[in-house]
Amino acid sequence: MIRIFQIALRNLMRYKRRTLLTSLLITLGLLMVILFSGLAGSFKAMMVGQITDSNLAQMQIHKKGYVSSIDTMPLNLTLDSKGYKNVEKILKENPDVQAYAPRIKLSAMLSNFTETTNIRLNAIDPEKEIKVCPNVSERMKFSGSQIPDVLLKPGEIIIPEKLAAGMKIKIGDPVVLVANNKDGSVNGLNFTVAGIIESVLGPQGKEGYMHIKDAQSLLRMEKPEVIEVALRIKEFEKLDGVYKKLESSLAKFTNKKGKPAFEIHTWEELSPFSNIARMIDFMAITMKLIMIAIVLISILNVMMMSVYERVREIGTMSAIGTAPGKIMGLFLAEGLSLGLISTLAGNIIGIFGIYILNIYKIRFAFGRMDDLLLSPTISFSELVWVSAIVLMVSVFASLQPAYKASKMEPVDALGHV
Amino acid sequence: MALVKIDNVSKTYQTGEVQVKALHDVNLSIDEASFVTFVGPSGSGKTTMLNLIGCLDKPTKGKIFVGEEQVDAFDRRQRAAFRGSTLGFIFQAFNLFPVLTAYENVEYPLVMIKNESISKRKEMVLKVLESVGMLDQKDKFPDQLSGGQKQRVAVARALVTQPKLVMADEPTANLDKKSAVNVIRLMRAMRDEFKTTFIFSTHDPGVMEEAEVIHTLEDGRLLDPKHSPTFVQEEKK
Repeated sequence: MIRIFQIALRNLMRYKRRTLLTSLLITLGLLMVILFSGLAGSFKAMMVGQITDSNLAQMQIHKKGYVSSIDTMPLNLTLDSKGYKNVEKILKENPDVQAYAPRIKLSAMLSNFTETTNIRLNAIDPEKEIKVCPNVSERMKFSGSQIPDVLLKPGEIIIPEKLAAGMKIKIGDPVVLVANNKDGSVNGLNFTVAGIIESVLGPQGKEGYMHIKDAQSLLRMEKPEVIEVALRIKEFEKLDGVYKKLESSLAKFTNKKGKPAFEIHTWEELSPFSNIARMIDFMAITMKLIMIAIVLISILNVMMMSVYERVREIGTMSAIGTAPGKIMGLFLAEGLSLGLISTLAGNIIGIFGIYILNIYKIRFAFGRMDDLLLSPTISFSELVWVSAIVLMVSVFASLQPAYKASKMEPVDALGHV
Repeated sequence: MALVKIDNVSKTYQTGEVQVKALHDVNLSIDEASFVTFVGPSGSGKTTMLNLIGCLDKPTKGKIFVGEEQVDAFDRRQRAAFRGSTLGFIFQAFNLFPVLTAYENVEYPLVMIKNESISKRKEMVLKVLESVGMLDQKDKFPDQLSGGQKQRVAVARALVTQPKLVMADEPTANLDKKSAVNVIRLMRAMRDEFKTTFIFSTHDPGVMEEAEVIHTLEDGRLLDPKHSPTFVQEEKK
């Protein structure tokens, strides 16, 4: 076997320029994939992190039917105490769940006593919310430069930046919130503006924050109710698996009609960024397909030329008794060696490229998020996977020429001019 | 004792719509450890005869026996295996592998066909390289050797597997007169040393003189050995 690879390598070195050019082409293809995967993967992970850790959370549980009518923020699709306890029990039993937080989402009228406008509010339990969305406070501005120990106290409200600017509301100003409860009656409460929040992409970025207890009072909920339960899991990579387990656990709770009482959604189903994330994945796949095409065409071309140039040599091998399988093995080893050399070069240059990108920090802005720093990384498993693709395609591309070589009749091949 | 027996063999090639009969009902027997040459003008059927005996091609009609085996009945894979185990080949253009040194070229059949151990390979290769007088050139690549030296390496490669029969199609055609005679004498010496049967083709009268048995082919027919071939006389002139 070693001798076969030794002969294969020497044959590759016979045509140095051709081998070098082909290897360079494959190396560049691989480099392109590694750099793109590193950059795109880093961008995607950062954006997903921003979205899930700052306001959306990784998963959300609602009463069945809530998400389909989320734009109207219905108050009649709430989880009552019993329903919330059932959800809590399921979440506590699942070892993959790190934290969860109850929320109420509502629409209200905000008045600064001279002007009134509508506002969407996210009513949270601050202690629990910070565990589910650890970056929630990063977009908030408070009276001091420090983030307060308790994000939000009862009687306080955090309002969106644009709304605050439009209504000339400052931190510390009093405001009034007026909201309809689910019976249609109206209630109003006084609040103090405790902070301003910068918006992120999507309608949820225009939401303000208030304490969940205030929301329950404002909406005159006689017993505590929640609209959604946001949750965070221990390992984000296990999202799909945990989602399936929770979905199955929640499915045992049914409503009076015998249909599921709850629904669970991952961030992908709730955020428009998931389409961008899918597009990034699609582009990564496209890059890999381009790389496969480069490897396939270049190795097939080189190997076919190699076979046509060495017909007499193949005839000699066959004449002196080399089995067709071994002749095929020689040419497959040649294609594989070419792929292997290029893969090694591509990996080394690719890793070095990612290292360089990390040294020359790439900063960018996305939506309202400025000065985002890309930290391209590529996992070992991704490198192994991409390398395995190149090697498999190298062997696949060599198959036809190798088969052709092995099938040559020695008497014809020896007479070839 | 006969090593090769050719029984009423004919070979016809189809070239487009034209049929070319390369051999006509040839009957022949070649003894073990003999030094045999086929002579004749171009197109007389020498190469076809060697290809058939060497299991590189199959006859259109007739039977060919090499040792105990009826080789014309072999399929492709069997022929390859038989060539590797029983036959050795020397080619007109030497056909050494350019990426391998003289040593590695000789070693090639032992690695790729015989699967011999490294120590056994080394012993066998060095012995045969010494026999052909190429031991001091063993680390040179073919393009660093002269024509005569290349053919010596080719002889060593053909003999290293200790075949019963070595086929050589015009082994001296690409060599100058002196080298040609040297190579033929080397082959003969190898026959004496290893008791291997050598069958070669030539149209060089100087080389023919070195053969022990001369078979003359003309238009695909084997002439009577007692008959003095006009071809040889003409070539000698």
